[in-house]
Amino acid sequence: MVFKLNNQLLSRMAIGDGHGENSSYFDGWKAYDSDPYHHQNNPDGVIQMGLAENQLCFDKVEEWLKKNPAASICTPEGVAGFKDVAIFQDYHGLPQFRNAVAKFMGKVRGDRVSFDPDRIVMAGGATGAHETVAFCLADPGEALLVPTPYYPGFDRDLRWRTGVQLVPIECDSANNFKLRMEDLEAAYEMAKLNNIRVKGLLLTNPSNPLGTILDGDTLRNIAAFTNENNIHLICDEIYSATVFGKPDYVSIAEIVDEDRKSGRNGLNLDLIHIVYSLSKDMGFPGLRVGIVYSYNDVVVSCARKMSSFGLVSAQTQHMIGSMLSDAEFVEEFLGANRARLAERHGAFTGGLGRVGIRCLRSSNAGLFVWMDLRRLLKEQSVEAETALWRVIINEVKLNVSPGSSFHCSEPGWFRVCFANMDDETMEVALGRIRAFVAKHKEAMKPARKLCAQSSLKLSFSGRIYDEFIMSPRSPIPQSPLVRART
Amino acid sequence: MTESASSEPEPPSPKPRAAAAGNGMRLVVPLQGVVQGRGGLILGSLIPCALFYFFQLYLKRHRSPKRPPASSSNPPSPSASSPNHGDLARTSSRSNLLGRGSIGPVQLSSRGMAIAKPNDSPYYVGLEKVAGDPFHRVDNPDGKIQLGFSENTLCFDLIERWMKENLMDSLMGGDGAELSINGMATYQPFDGLMELKVAMADFMSRVMGKGVSFDPSQMVLMAGAAPAIEILTFCLADLGNAFLIPTPYYPGFDRDIKFRTGVELIPVHCRSADNFMLTVTALDQAYNQARKRGLKVRGILISNPSNPVGNILSRETLYELLDFAQEKNIHIISDEIFAGSLYGTTKEFVSMAEIIEAEEFDKSRVHIIYGLSKDLSLPGFRVGVVYSYNENILAAAKRLARFSSISAPTQRLLISMLSDTKFIEEYIETNRRRIRRMYDLFVGGLDQLGIQCAKSSGGLYCWANMSVLIALYSEKGELELWDKLLNVGKVNVTPGSACHCIEPGWFRCCFAALAEEDVPLVMERIGKVAEMCKSGQ
Repeated sequence: MVFKLNNQLLSRMAIGDGHGENSSYFDGWKAYDSDPYHHQNNPDGVIQMGLAENQLCFDKVEEWLKKNPAASICTPEGVAGFKDVAIFQDYHGLPQFRNAVAKFMGKVRGDRVSFDPDRIVMAGGATGAHETVAFCLADPGEALLVPTPYYPGFDRDLRWRTGVQLVPIECDSANNFKLRMEDLEAAYEMAKLNNIRVKGLLLTNPSNPLGTILDGDTLRNIAAFTNENNIHLICDEIYSATVFGKPDYVSIAEIVDEDRKSGRNGLNLDLIHIVYSLSKDMGFPGLRVGIVYSYNDVVVSCARKMSSFGLVSAQTQHMIGSMLSDAEFVEEFLGANRARLAERHGAFTGGLGRVGIRCLRSSNAGLFVWMDLRRLLKEQSVEAETALWRVIINEVKLNVSPGSSFHCSEPGWFRVCFANMDDETMEVALGRIRAFVAKHKEAMKPARKLCAQSSLKLSFSGRIYDEFIMSPRSPIPQSPLVRART
Repeated sequence: MTESASSEPEPPSPKPRAAAAGNGMRLVVPLQGVVQGRGGLILGSLIPCALFYFFQLYLKRHRSPKRPPASSSNPPSPSASSPNHGDLARTSSRSNLLGRGSIGPVQLSSRGMAIAKPNDSPYYVGLEKVAGDPFHRVDNPDGKIQLGFSENTLCFDLIERWMKENLMDSLMGGDGAELSINGMATYQPFDGLMELKVAMADFMSRVMGKGVSFDPSQMVLMAGAAPAIEILTFCLADLGNAFLIPTPYYPGFDRDIKFRTGVELIPVHCRSADNFMLTVTALDQAYNQARKRGLKVRGILISNPSNPVGNILSRETLYELLDFAQEKNIHIISDEIFAGSLYGTTKEFVSMAEIIEAEEFDKSRVHIIYGLSKDLSLPGFRVGVVYSYNENILAAAKRLARFSSISAPTQRLLISMLSDTKFIEEYIETNRRRIRRMYDLFVGGLDQLGIQCAKSSGGLYCWANMSVLIALYSEKGELELWDKLLNVGKVNVTPGSACHCIEPGWFRCCFAALAEEDVPLVMERIGKVAEMCKSGQ
């Protein structure tokens, strides 16, 4: 007897598109997966430049691990600790792990501020950390404001299982995509007018995909705004140790510290939360170390209970606890990380610059550049950007990420990752770009002043914002990352 | 409008407050009229109402919630599980009172507030109490002995020996080029490495008596059984739907299943007369009652071997369950995490997978949960499995696994260990033998105290009937006994009410984290409490 698969058996979530993987954006990944570049074996393959991974300092880590065998429970020196580690599943986490991570976070910020190990809560990678924070702060239907362009994963991580909405705040190139207070205020007001209950603002600082940081004054103003309106401020500081050049990085923790030390106590700390991870700063995405750091005790308590769904393996906690407690190693690692990122960034942007390709000027952080290919577009539209993107994947054989997948309001920008490869591969990539530009020199329009796009800053009902964007007749560039509401 | 307390309509004081003397008089005189009812409709009713409203507003704004103490730096003992936090009750209840758009204290999500509330279930309270005063034969002989946490330390010596014999020079492997940090630290498939799935499939088959084989491509790996069951719930049921679950059941399900999914658990009560075995009659009854309440039942969740009783479901019962599920068009989730922790003979345990393979059932509704926390004693490593015959569920679970992936170095370590089949066979066999030994010792000891246990064949615990010791045959009586055992006897067990058992007096006692020489001490302490109860204290 054959039983018909009954679709009634699946939950809405199982059937729905909340995972976002059906978008054409993933065509780039498919191209890479089916034809990955390799120096010897496949020199004509697709080079992966769409994955923000930091592989520049693995040698440092390997060296440390060799010198510190006790950090691993798989070694003669470390096996004595095996029993305690294997059985440990307390969701507070190993004290050594929490202390080490707190110290590391402080070091990344030049020891200008210190972190309380008791506020460190584990999560399943930054993915899990973001989801946990969304679960804690917002109910289904409530919203978080997010400046564009933003990491596409937010659409999934913050919305899928939580039912929370994201309200984008459009930023444009006229001022280097920096978030302006007037745009923030307008977006907030518009959301309120449309009966969207905004619970918080999510900032990624340093920014993905821009690679820029926010200056102290802007951060202060933003914090003042969220404070005044009694909404949460979530700072994703996952790239904080990838700041390789001036200006100096300012973390929200420093703003908090400043407020406290000055005696002003103007900020309600219950509203401030930090999401962190070792995936980018240390290049350890495979270890699944996600951190929620909140100044709100209730959030810490709630997130900690939820961490049962994404605890860091005790073996990993043990190793990281050892590694990050080694102050000398941390110092050396952070220094090398910055230096190598600076060098790589310089080499890459230099190479691009020599063929007339500009990248976002103010970028001094991150594992990628925000490349400006507007001049290569046949027309200023998402379709043209997508067409150019397909050319880059299929002809130039580079997997880069189109700006529209980051909800960028201006077509023509691309995020290109440079830290997940060795120097040789980078040279090959640059070579391919040079060849491509040379071929299309005629096609490149003369540099003309691009009039500021009439950024449709929510001048219409936010309630139908999403439907508007999705409709084929929409004047707003349609993101290829089409999302079905579950 | 003044918002100081002095705006309260009160009889004009002959001596207005010095600080606001002038202003005070200007207010007080017209107010006098209001209070004395000479103000007419507007002044007489509107103004007092307005004043009252503003007074309330003032109170709301200025009554600052007592900041709870910062999260306690309770040093967690290595073997403690998830103790709850006793703080933060104030803030949570206050915020719930304030409605939408309130200008009061910061609001978390309502589900966040519910989760943050301290958990007063004796299951969690007991765990926390022991964590604060853990027994140690040498360092703390008067400490509390933990019998409330089902973990297994009986075979660590075997694993330690394996580690020593199969060591790598470092985390990464000997001179293993393939195990460079580059290969381990970078992004891996979120649902687990195929090599680990293959190794797990083999392990599961061995552990379940080789009567069935598992297909690695039907597996999704995640960081523990807790995310496994949560992810499966997200795939099978929508918010507000329900699962039927036989009682008594593992208290953690209330968290793992209900916390974030919004799915309900409907108890199907099992009785001691049936040795707490699930009957289809009870299932049917519960199903119909749920329907009447308007709840949509999406599946049945069984644990086999069951927790806390330790029963194994017979082949017949499994067939009946499958028939029932088919008839009602619902799922079956079989949590088989204790499948390797048997103290009977392996012939008895039958995995749902075995039934499904053999018979012509609709496979698309059967899912199995597994993990390494119990059978391989590695809860710290966070390894859980969703095994399903339903491609759509697998696809959805794979995508959800990204929120709870297993750490890559841990995957590598386990691939090595699980692939050493000689060691695994030895381990499984020795583990069973030692659990059997502890079970005999423990249950025998209880028997001598006049405490009978339910007939069971698996798990790391026994289900003890202490109803003879309780004064009042009710949940209250049971909790009083639990309290005596914990605070006087200094032994933490899990009371049946925490497991939603419908009959009072039953307690789950975990024995697999004890050393043999500690059993007499445990019995002595329980005996003391038993004496106390019998003599009517």
